[in-house]
Parts: sequence; structure tokens; C-alpha cells
Amino acid sequence: MSLSKNKYFPLESSLIQYYEDNQKDLHRSCHPKVKTAREEGLKKFEEVRLPLSNSERWRGTNLRKQYEQNFHIGDEKPVFDKQINEIFQCTVHGFDTTTFSLLNGWYYNSGERIQTLDDGVIVGSILAAQEKYPEIIEKYFNEIAADSEHGLCAANAAVFTDGLFVYVPDNVSSNKAIQFIKMINQDGEIMINSRNLIILGKNSSLSFLHCDDSINQHSSFLVTNTEVFIGENASLDLYKLQNLNNESTLVNSTFVKQQRNSTINVKVLTFNGGNIRNEFNVNLIEEGAHADISGIYLMDKNQHVDNQINLKHLAPNCTSNEMFKGVLDESASAVFNGYIYVARDAQKTIAFQKNANILLTSDASIDTMPFLEIYADDVKCSHGATVGQLDNDAMFYLMQRGIPESDAKLLLMNAFLAEVTGKIAIETLKVSIEDMVKKRLRGDLSICDKCVLHCSVPDTPIEFEIDLSKI
Amino acid sequence: MLLNIKNLNVSIKGKEILKGFNLEVNEGEVHAIMGPNGTGKSTFAAAITGREGYDITSGEIIYKGKDITELSPDIRANEGIFLSFQYPVEIPGVSITNFMRTALNAKREFEGQPPVPAGEFLRKMEEKKKLVDIQSKLTNRSVNEGFSGGEKKKNEIFQMAMLEPKLAILDETDSGLDIDALKVVANGVNALRSDDNAFVVITHYQRLLDYIVPDFVHVMYDGRIVKSGGKELAFELEEKGYDWIKEHVDNP
Repeated sequence: MSLSKNKYFPLESSLIQYYEDNQKDLHRSCHPKVKTAREEGLKKFEEVRLPLSNSERWRGTNLRKQYEQNFHIGDEKPVFDKQINEIFQCTVHGFDTTTFSLLNGWYYNSGERIQTLDDGVIVGSILAAQEKYPEIIEKYFNEIAADSEHGLCAANAAVFTDGLFVYVPDNVSSNKAIQFIKMINQDGEIMINSRNLIILGKNSSLSFLHCDDSINQHSSFLVTNTEVFIGENASLDLYKLQNLNNESTLVNSTFVKQQRNSTINVKVLTFNGGNIRNEFNVNLIEEGAHADISGIYLMDKNQHVDNQINLKHLAPNCTSNEMFKGVLDESASAVFNGYIYVARDAQKTIAFQKNANILLTSDASIDTMPFLEIYADDVKCSHGATVGQLDNDAMFYLMQRGIPESDAKLLLMNAFLAEVTGKIAIETLKVSIEDMVKKRLRGDLSICDKCVLHCSVPDTPIEFEIDLSKI
Repeated sequence: MLLNIKNLNVSIKGKEILKGFNLEVNEGEVHAIMGPNGTGKSTFAAAITGREGYDITSGEIIYKGKDITELSPDIRANEGIFLSFQYPVEIPGVSITNFMRTALNAKREFEGQPPVPAGEFLRKMEEKKKLVDIQSKLTNRSVNEGFSGGEKKKNEIFQMAMLEPKLAILDETDSGLDIDALKVVANGVNALRSDDNAFVVITHYQRLLDYIVPDFVHVMYDGRIVKSGGKELAFELEEKGYDWIKEHVDNP
């Protein structure tokens, strides 16, 4: 072990210090399972430390600069004094959801800290769930996230402040999507660790929209671990919307376990952020499960995004699809690592994987690694990656019809991304997302400096967004 | 005069393709340009529409009284120059409807008009679709994606009908068409002919000219027009073949 490895980064020292200083609070009315997770998380963190780019899975993302920063870990629990829509307004318009939020890492909502909605879905703070539903916590908490290999996940287990708990009972179909908004509104440099648990019982279904937003320009480091259990015949649509400032770092780890004939549809929509890493660890443990993990990323300036998929076919007759598309401008960089593992007895697996990129400048870069590891002999798997520029023939064709160069570019980029955004199942959300894509490509989607309502940029009409087939 | 091309020289990557090309087109006229492969017919189409990579080394393209050689392709298009592509480009993810609405509004903006109202646009779409016998479903599909050869060419003429150009260049619109599709395309073109616009039809074969009857026929060889005449020239060419032209040029 080298000397530099022995010396703690400031962030490592702060995390350990925070745990020691706040042990009493962290363990207060704590479920034994959570207590163990915290203790073991710290132990593991001290052993594996923060992930560096010399490890294979992190070679495209270097967070050393952030590790050197003096982040303030966690924050005081905010007093609920403002309705969420007074501090934040969502960029996704006209989409009817039940909204829950986390402000600076703490559950921030009016009413009960955990509640049962009209349709039977239980939603609330994960801290409150420990007390009210100890048997659920006992059965699920840290059951899959504990397998994570890197220190940020381990530290998250040790020091997480709060998070969202969602439980959809057997045979319940949630009739309204749940929107979970995570906001940072703090003056200093802050690190936030949060922890979510989503459980879908047999034959249930849920649409879940997870938004990461900043409402100011301060530097932040967000680490989120989300565990997802999907029971037999259950179905989850999970949307992740990321619209963070350029000083933010987000490491989002999602752990999924799927039972027989269950489905997950994930759309990761990365619009903005300094450094974003999305990790998906998906385990298809029983026959007939289907996972679709797709996403788009639109980065510019010095922004960086890293999508890591680790998808395991552990049972026969499961299907999976990975499709990530990105447009990179200026000096932006991206990493895609799609890994599909097919176990020896996972026969009749069908797995597809694709990553396509448009680089608008010679300074933009993509590091793409499609990867299959197959031990079964009767499977259908494919992978592919493309990196290119806008098609010159198509550009000329559009311009020959009178469309100016800038609009022609927008049209082509939008069309390129539509392969992912066009598959969003909820119509109103699809329209909003496609609108956000156009605004982002046009440079109109902003994270305002001082403004609280970051969607206050007036809508400028753009003609091609009118879909006349709907009239 | 609508178009006056004077002594045009065009090269691609330093190789001279058009060598002293001259052509005059007035409103209300249909011109046919014929000639063997590789004589520069498509280069003429690319040069006049402003395609990148086609360097005009000397000469002028005077359109509506102005030299347009420095204008970008979209400006030329909005000035009324339309090219029906020999190989229409597939654009996945862009529906014909949205494409046409964007193009039409770009033209209207260029002319200082407000965007076309939805109802008016839809009526126009329906009317022009009938003109070239396009199925309704087709316009909801992505531009040219998975279209048959005939559908692609019909779609070109449909777009021409929507945009109502002053000067339309049809680059081998007949290639890959069966006789029925050829008739549909030709009928579409004939319906759009007027005293205000002009057509330049590039073709290998006389066959198309049975349906789109030209006022003038020009024969190209080695980068320029070497022989011009009336529609009977096309018949003569069909009968005697391009060797007759080569001989005519090489041994005048």
C-alpha cells in the first residue's frame, strides 16, 4: 500500500469524524438492522476508502478534487415552514403526481412523517419507517446495497441522514405517480448522504419520478443509495431526472432485485450537473423478469456523466435492454459502462445493449465500454456503441428545405434522442421531457443563479415541437 | 430571366467537374439536362443549391437578378430553389409532418410572415398528398425511413408541392420508379407547372420526358452543355446514343 493511500483525504477524515461525533444521533431509535448497516458501513469504508480512478470501474471518473474539498457533512434538520412549491417549482409541467421531498438530505413534507395514500401505497421518511414498519425494514433494508464494492456506498450506509421509504402492498396499483424531489439549498459546501427503499409487492405497480435539483450555485456532493425490490408480476417505472448546477457532484447508486415476471423500466435523464455518476446494479433472480435501463445525457462546458450498468441474468427466460444516448458539446465528457452477466443456468436470456453518442466538438469525449459476460449457451445477446457527428447529408437535406442550420441541428439531435424519450410511457411526462430536451439543446434550460423558481424562463415557442398528429 | 449561369467552373477536392457551364432559364419553362454518367449533372444540382464541398472556382449563378454563389443552402431554398434529391436522405425520428411544418414556417419567417395556422397547414398537407397519391399514414412516419424507392420520390414531389418553389431541379427523379409511379410523379410535376416557375429536369433517359414534356433539352458532356435543342433532341439522343454526342464533341 502506498503512502498516499494511507493518508486520508479531507473528505475521508470528515466522514469518519462525522460518524464519531454523531453516533448517538445516528443510532437514535434505530432499528437493529440499520444500526448494523451503519457500523458495518463505517468498517468497510475504513477498509476500502473512497474510490479512485485507478480501479477499473472508476477509471473514467476522477473525483480526487472533490475528496480534497472541505465539505460540511450533513446539515441541521430543517424546520418545515414553507410548502415545497414555495422553494421549488418543478420543470415538469402538467404532470399529476403526489410529491415528496428531501431538503438538504432531510425528509421535508407537511403532515405525517409516514403516511398511507388513498390507493394504499405507504410513503414517508425512512427514519419514520424504522419505527412504524420494523418488520419491513428487517426484511429488506441493506439486503442488496451491502454488496456494493466502493467506499462511497459504504460511507452512505454509515452516515445517511434520511431518505424516502415507499411500500406498495400486494395487488395495489398506484393510481398516481410519486414524485420525489431532492433539493439542495444551502450556503456552504455540503455533502449529503441519503438512502431510499422502494418495495413493490406481488402484482403491484408504481411510477416513480426521482428528481435531483439544485436551487443555487453552491458546490455540493450528493450520494444516494436506493434499494428496489420488485415482487412477482409487479412493475416499476422509474424516472431519474437530473438537473444540477455545474459545481455539483452526484453519485447515485440503485440496487434492484427482481422476482418472477416482474418488470422495471428505468429512464435516466441527465440534463445538467458538474459530475454525475449513475450506477445501476440489477439482479434478475427469477424467471420471466424484464429490465429496461435506458437514458439520455446532454452535457456541455466541463460537465461529466458516467453511467455504470451492472445487469445480472441469474435465472432463465429473462430479458433486458440497455439503451443510452448522449449529446456532448464543448469540453463535456461521458462514460458508459454497460455490463451484462448471464449465469450458467440463465438459458433463453435475451439481452440487448446500445450506447450511441454525438460529439459536437473535438474537445468533447466519450469512453464507452459495452461488455457481455456469458456462461449460458442458449442466449441471444448483442451490444453496440457508436460515436459520431451529426449526419452531413441529413443536415444538407434539411437546409435545402429552408431550415436554418441551427434549427436543423436541433431537429437532428432531438430526433437522435427520441429513441429513448419517445418511449416514456406517461404521455404528459413524455411531452414535458421532450420539451426539456429541446430547451436544453437550445441552451434555454437554466439553473438560475439567484432565482428561486428555476423554471421561470419564459417559454419561447419553437415550431417543430407541435405534433400535428395529436390535433 | 429567372436563372442565368455564366461560365461556371466547379471543383470537388481540387478536381474540376464543371468546366464553363452555361444555362439560361426563364419563368414558365421546363428544361431537361441529359448526358452520360459522370459528366457533372448532379454537380450542377449541388452547386446551385449550395452544397458544402463544391467549390465554385469561377463564374456566376445569377438567380432573380442576384449572384447567389455566397448564400447558404437554407437562404437559397427560401429564395425559391428546390432540389428533388436523386437519393433522398432518411432522417429517423423526424416525422414528415413536423419536417414540413418547420420548413414551411422557416420560409414564412424568411418572407416576414407569421407561422402557418394549424388548420391551414393540415388542409394544405391533405391537398398536396392527393396530388402525388401519398397515403395518409406515410406523413406520420419518419422522413424517408423505410420508404420504397417510389415512396421516396413521391415524397420529394410532395415536399415540392408544399413549398411551392420558383425553380425546381429534379435530379434523376425517374430513377428507380416503375411506370405507374413515374406517371404519378410526372402528373404531380405537371400540375405544379405555371408561368411563374421553372423546372430543370436531370435525367438519363428520354422516358421521363414523355410525361414531363420539356421546352428545351440540353446535353451535357465533360462538365458543360455541348448541345441544346427542343424536345426532339431527346428523341434523337435516344436513337443515336451518347456516343453520337461524344463524337460530336471530340470531332466537331
